[in-house]
Amino acid sequence: MKKLNIYFTAGVPKLEDTGKIAKLIQESGADMMEIGIPYSDPVADGPVIQEAHSLALKNGMSIKKLFEQLAEIKDSVTIPKILMGYLNPVLQFGFDNFCQKCAEVGVSGLIIPDLPPIEFENKYGEILKKHNLNFTFLVTPETSEKRIKYLDSLSSGFLYAVSSSSTTGNDNAVLKNENYLDRLASLNLTNPVFIGFGIKNKSDFENVTEKAQGGIIGTAFVKILLENQDWESKAESFIQSVKN
Amino acid sequence: MNFQNPDKNGYYGDFGGAFIPEMLYPNVAELQEKYIQIIESEEFQDEFQDLLKNYVGRATPLYFAKNLSEKHQTQIYLKREDLNHTGAHKINNALGQALLAKKLGKHRIIAETGAGQHGVATATACALLGLECIVYMGEVDIQRQAPNVARMKMLGATVIPATSGSKTLKDAVNEALRDWINNPSTTHYIIGSVVGPHPFPDLVARFQSIISKEIKGQLNEKIGRENPDYVIACVGGGSNAAGTFYHFVNEENVKIIAAEAGGLGVDSGKSAATTFLGTLGILHGSQSLVMQTEDGQVIEPHSISAGLDYPGIGPMHANLFNQKRAEFFSINDDEALKSAFELTKIEGIIPALESAHALAVLDKKKFEKEDVVVICLSGRGDKDMETYLKHL
Repeated sequence: MKKLNIYFTAGVPKLEDTGKIAKLIQESGADMMEIGIPYSDPVADGPVIQEAHSLALKNGMSIKKLFEQLAEIKDSVTIPKILMGYLNPVLQFGFDNFCQKCAEVGVSGLIIPDLPPIEFENKYGEILKKHNLNFTFLVTPETSEKRIKYLDSLSSGFLYAVSSSSTTGNDNAVLKNENYLDRLASLNLTNPVFIGFGIKNKSDFENVTEKAQGGIIGTAFVKILLENQDWESKAESFIQSVKN
Repeated sequence: MNFQNPDKNGYYGDFGGAFIPEMLYPNVAELQEKYIQIIESEEFQDEFQDLLKNYVGRATPLYFAKNLSEKHQTQIYLKREDLNHTGAHKINNALGQALLAKKLGKHRIIAETGAGQHGVATATACALLGLECIVYMGEVDIQRQAPNVARMKMLGATVIPATSGSKTLKDAVNEALRDWINNPSTTHYIIGSVVGPHPFPDLVARFQSIISKEIKGQLNEKIGRENPDYVIACVGGGSNAAGTFYHFVNEENVKIIAAEAGGLGVDSGKSAATTFLGTLGILHGSQSLVMQTEDGQVIEPHSISAGLDYPGIGPMHANLFNQKRAEFFSINDDEALKSAFELTKIEGIIPALESAHALAVLDKKKFEKEDVVVICLSGRGDKDMETYLKHL
């Protein structure tokens, strides 16, 4: 069974919706979730997630607030919860302190796209290990085989394979790049490979997971949260439609 | 300590590095591997130096400003980067990087611009070298720098407004980075200042170092010594300052002064004075001083000058500040305006608003009569005419 991983930005559409959305994702049948930490300058994201970050900050979302919300759902949301964010806010919170809080509230791993492997090796990997947290690196179709293996060796939990070199939600994302998917499948990687960026529906999900262990949906899900008053029913049926 | 060049990972002391998502890794790694080899090659230098001389109009004069010197009771020289083709120092870097992009086999150029000077310089270099050019510019800046927007368009560039955040320089950088992520193989991003992931700060500083190299030779001719007592430049991201300081930072007897944009005052909430207000953080791919909240959200900066309206400074400058090698002043909007009008009135030179911040240091610091003070006049003021007219 291929794993479905759903991303949403914490603090939208309303500040207090984080827990509600996390529960909905679990109950709709997703296998895990990525919770985005809002940042003022999310350069790896496209317009939809950027707008979500901006709205979340306007709503008053902060890392401190997010940890309070995660503490409340620690026991009720049991599928893996991963925090995804940019390095600067995490550093300001204090990297060690941040990891400790993650462990306390039941977060299983982190994705920080702008944390380069060299910094991970020099400084941050040890801290993550101390708190028993997974860390996922991204690879793209342009990443060399040698580097994919290297990033796989540093990752734990899963390896995030970006479907094409793009920002999130890019319509031009190549969702069935055979060469790329074959290459990933042939490398005997340690971690399961999850494909992300550009997956909008069940057929996209099935396409990319033919040769990978899972798929990640972000923009399409966030769009539902941002554009619909009755997002709860729509979000639920969206996840069910992809998974079943 | 060597202040001017970063270590192999792109660090100047605690500042620098390359904090980029994997999507940008191939581009940045390619640059890191090749930039020094390419730009130091004889072939590249022959072409570049020829363009600097015959197209840009270098060397720019080092002008002894007699009237200004008398007024401030010291010996003031102005490095006339405003006399470059396109009206600012930005052309040095834009041409250098456009040539580099061609050597790397890229045919599409993206750039960000605040005041428009870097955008115009990049559009010019692209027109000359036959490269496609896309310039990102904050929506607010597009309005306050209309003449430069018109010039870019005439030069064949596509100007795309950045509509997020404060709609100024910071947001234009974000949009340009996004474009680069989405177009990794065809495109080179000509960053206009000494900011961004390694090797950009070093790359831009090297292309701008022509400024201090010329100052040394010209001072030697004029006064029989290469080193002034002071060099002064304005710092937004800090490219003209990096170029002005480059060959002096390891000369202990040269005092270095950087002028930041204080906006309405460092305590007003409307400022861009990063060394006064910033803390260690990561912005646009490098670790430096950043104006940010306790939560690590970047604070929108303010300056009357679009070119200084940036919430960070380059890592080289952050290191100069941290090591106390350079003295930083915060110059408010009204102080910059006053200095711009003073220079215009007594020397007949209308400076860019950015450069006016450097000139305003003359009112803040007491120099000795025999001190030799070199100020980088980074650009000319035509583009700021609308702002000047409002305050006449």
